[in-house]
Amino acid sequence: MSFKKDIHVRIGEIKSDIGFLKDLEISIGKIIEEEWAEEAGPTPFPSIVDLRDWDLKLLQRYKPFYMPFCDLCCLCTFGKCDLTGDKRGACGLNMAGQQSRIVLLACCIGAATHISHARHLIDHLIKKFGRDHPIDVGGLNVEVEAPVTRLVCGIKPKTLGDLEDVLGYLERELTRLLAATHTGQEESNLDFESKVFHAGMIDHVGLEIADIAQISALGFPRAEPEAPLADIGLGVVDYAKPVILVIGHNVPPAAEIVDYLMKNGLYGGVEVTGLCCTAHDVTRYNPKAKIIGPISWQLRFIRSGVADVVVVDEQCIRADMLIEAQKIKAPVIATSDVNCMGLPNRTRDEADRIVEDLVSGRQQGALILNPAKAAEVAVKTALLVAPRRMKFKALPDVSDIIEGARNCRKCDECRRACLNDLPIREALAKALEGSLDALASLYDECVGCARCESACPINLPLHSFIVRAAERRLKEEKYKIRVGRGAIQDVEIRNVGSPIVLGEIPGVVAFVGCANYPRGGAEVAEMAVEFAKRRYIVVASGCAAMSIAMYKDEEGKSPYEIFPGVFDAGGIVNVGSCVANAHIAGAAIKIASIFAKRRLRGNYEEIADYILNRVGAVGVAWGAMSQKAAAIASGFWRLGVPVIVGPHGLKYRRMLLGRKDKPEDWYVYDARTGEKVYIGPAPEHLFYAAETKEEAMVMIAKLCIRPNDTTKGRSIKLSHYIDLYKRFFGSMPDDIHLFVRTLADIPITMRDEVIKVLEEKGWKENIIPDPTLLPRLVRRRAGE
Amino acid sequence: MSEMSAAWQTAEIPGPKKALAITNPQIVSALVKRSKNPILIVGHRAAEIKLGNGTLVDYVIRLAEAAGLPVVSAPSIMGEFIKRGFTRVIGMPLVDIANRLTDPGWMGFDGKGIYDLALFIGFKYYVGWLILSGLKHFSQDLKTVSLDMYYQPHASWSFPNISQDEWKKNLEAIIGGLG
Repeated sequence: MSFKKDIHVRIGEIKSDIGFLKDLEISIGKIIEEEWAEEAGPTPFPSIVDLRDWDLKLLQRYKPFYMPFCDLCCLCTFGKCDLTGDKRGACGLNMAGQQSRIVLLACCIGAATHISHARHLIDHLIKKFGRDHPIDVGGLNVEVEAPVTRLVCGIKPKTLGDLEDVLGYLERELTRLLAATHTGQEESNLDFESKVFHAGMIDHVGLEIADIAQISALGFPRAEPEAPLADIGLGVVDYAKPVILVIGHNVPPAAEIVDYLMKNGLYGGVEVTGLCCTAHDVTRYNPKAKIIGPISWQLRFIRSGVADVVVVDEQCIRADMLIEAQKIKAPVIATSDVNCMGLPNRTRDEADRIVEDLVSGRQQGALILNPAKAAEVAVKTALLVAPRRMKFKALPDVSDIIEGARNCRKCDECRRACLNDLPIREALAKALEGSLDALASLYDECVGCARCESACPINLPLHSFIVRAAERRLKEEKYKIRVGRGAIQDVEIRNVGSPIVLGEIPGVVAFVGCANYPRGGAEVAEMAVEFAKRRYIVVASGCAAMSIAMYKDEEGKSPYEIFPGVFDAGGIVNVGSCVANAHIAGAAIKIASIFAKRRLRGNYEEIADYILNRVGAVGVAWGAMSQKAAAIASGFWRLGVPVIVGPHGLKYRRMLLGRKDKPEDWYVYDARTGEKVYIGPAPEHLFYAAETKEEAMVMIAKLCIRPNDTTKGRSIKLSHYIDLYKRFFGSMPDDIHLFVRTLADIPITMRDEVIKVLEEKGWKENIIPDPTLLPRLVRRRAGE
Repeated sequence: MSEMSAAWQTAEIPGPKKALAITNPQIVSALVKRSKNPILIVGHRAAEIKLGNGTLVDYVIRLAEAAGLPVVSAPSIMGEFIKRGFTRVIGMPLVDIANRLTDPGWMGFDGKGIYDLALFIGFKYYVGWLILSGLKHFSQDLKTVSLDMYYQPHASWSFPNISQDEWKKNLEAIIGGLG
């Protein structure tokens, strides 16, 4: 450990003449205790400008392309200001500055959410398990326990208490970043973008410390490739039992529910179910818990009436949860200070009194900021409420749908409010003709937002109509998911480091993020399966990991039952919830550190340079929706990992795009000689939105190409790129000559057709450098 | 603003600068004829949208042939052009072509210089308005025309919200006006 409080006193209870003290902790000052032999790199705990040069290198190649939501800025009382075209606002900012500022704000919100989550979690775990509780994310299999934290902060955390020091740094940086968005601060869009990268980097540290804390303290799977399988889907719940639904991202209340049930011999008599990342984490805590599905399953599950009590923590919870729960007469327990829901704070009240109020209906919900008490209240309430509710649901009868169809004004406001432009009016008209099939067919592409209902001038519950029409399918939603395994083992990195860096494993593809899909979650599963079959390493987290599970092959098996959970070619690796995304970044970092022996400690720029040039990794956030997803993506950008989003991802308002037609953008230093060498557009983009799944798949294969690939590796990568391109687009790629450096790069089975393209394009052979963007890494200058 | 020239997705309120509604299809024909260097950009939906006896791709080809327009399509539907015998289509992802259109130094696919008119057709609504917004703000010498059947406020010119029948008639009229 590197940091220690120099005075640290903890008092359990003390009585004196002047009063009674309980649980008092005092820490004064800190000293650094050096135990890590690795020499510190140049940027431990980097400030918002320490990595600016690296950012500007990236931004020189991957320039922002902005797509403003609207022409205006309305952030201060000068406004609204019209920024159309080359106009400037009253503060002097132009549109590029404003858009990058909005991106920074989004990433600050995302990073703040993860860091605040980490703060809450670590405070809670320290209180429960003590500051000295050891960090252990994989026993002897994981020596580099916190690669992101080591890289960014230059420390090796050993205990939960050590993570507090990291949190202090993150909170300071976040405040600086947010300050930069104030009127009259930053003006350059590129400097805003550099700060976006910084927000992403600190976000990744926040993710990591949150997840390693909960893995260590709560006994989640510790880097286990064969972590257990859990049930997922609306159909997996035993309706006969009382059902507790947990929603959100911060697991302590859900874990306490499991503990309470166990301790009181009730486990098995009550169903513990979850939505979104809390669901991931409660199955990591106890794989007998059940996952309902991703974030977009909230309304459909609530309205199905199955949940007897709804327990919410934080993040991604619908802001009308109380109203929705009221419709099915299910009490709500809020457990986080960032989501109090307007409920009375009952934290200090006796559990039984709260239960009484909830069961009698005197109060619809309660805010309980003590996870253990929230758990006790949730279980007791569920047991008492379940027989009274009788699974009262808020879904209409078929006759209601037909009546609604009869009253429909055919104004199309539902469709005009729908994210995916679904033809709801037409489907409703078919219901009037006697068929619910058209309505049911909307189910897969519906993201469950219910904007259609808000827009309807006669208040038809259109989302419920869709869910009701598809009710039979809901009951058939029964799948298996491998619970989040957490970190990647060091030995796995040693095994795959060489084939990844040399290109023989064609890439690491990470499916992450939310469920705002353009055409349903099956597309994510199809992509994951395709790349696993092609022997890429497929990694997954969050809602995307759930969507991969909710798909069956001809034999009725889910992808997690077919593909192993090992971090190796052909594996599908569920790392866990949103905060577990850190392990994906961590794996890339560990390749540089463990396999390539690059110094890790506070050595961000060199490691990012290594990853950009050598580690063929790509993130795919097909349904990215949130500010958190934006922050996660920006952490990957700074680390040199490209990210592909689905078409809704364009609404992040900015892409980072390379220009393959500009050869001058694609030069690196050859670290062996110092010469500048053309490497082709590899990787071509840093942030890219694909219109279709097919376009995304071709781009995934292309963005895995790296300058350092050996000829064998490049040949393998090109064979996948060309094969996918031909399969989906029907012709040879027109840019293949940019990726062939020597004839040995050409896939042997495609030799003739590739050579034909090379001849047409006037291709010339290039050398394969030891690539770097950092002059300081050049070992010998040309001519020396 | 009339309902016809309100954004198709209700919440997409753009700001002060909004597309002029194409009330007469001959406007488009005239814009194309007047343009020194036009380009037609086609989204993947062109292969999905049934129109007349075929798909929107058939209309796009007729439009391109009538005006001699260069065509950039989503790579995923290039095959639809080629199998119809229209081979002078360039496959390029939408964000890539849009990004190039914001570069005043770009010489275009034919080396003749930056395009002055870009016609868009076959896009998801929200994809279209975001890309058109990028071009409105960062490619100000470029005129953009949305030929989809829903009003796109960020274009320079756009059809208003029209029925598929009207849309088909308008596309026919444009093609006729260019022939």
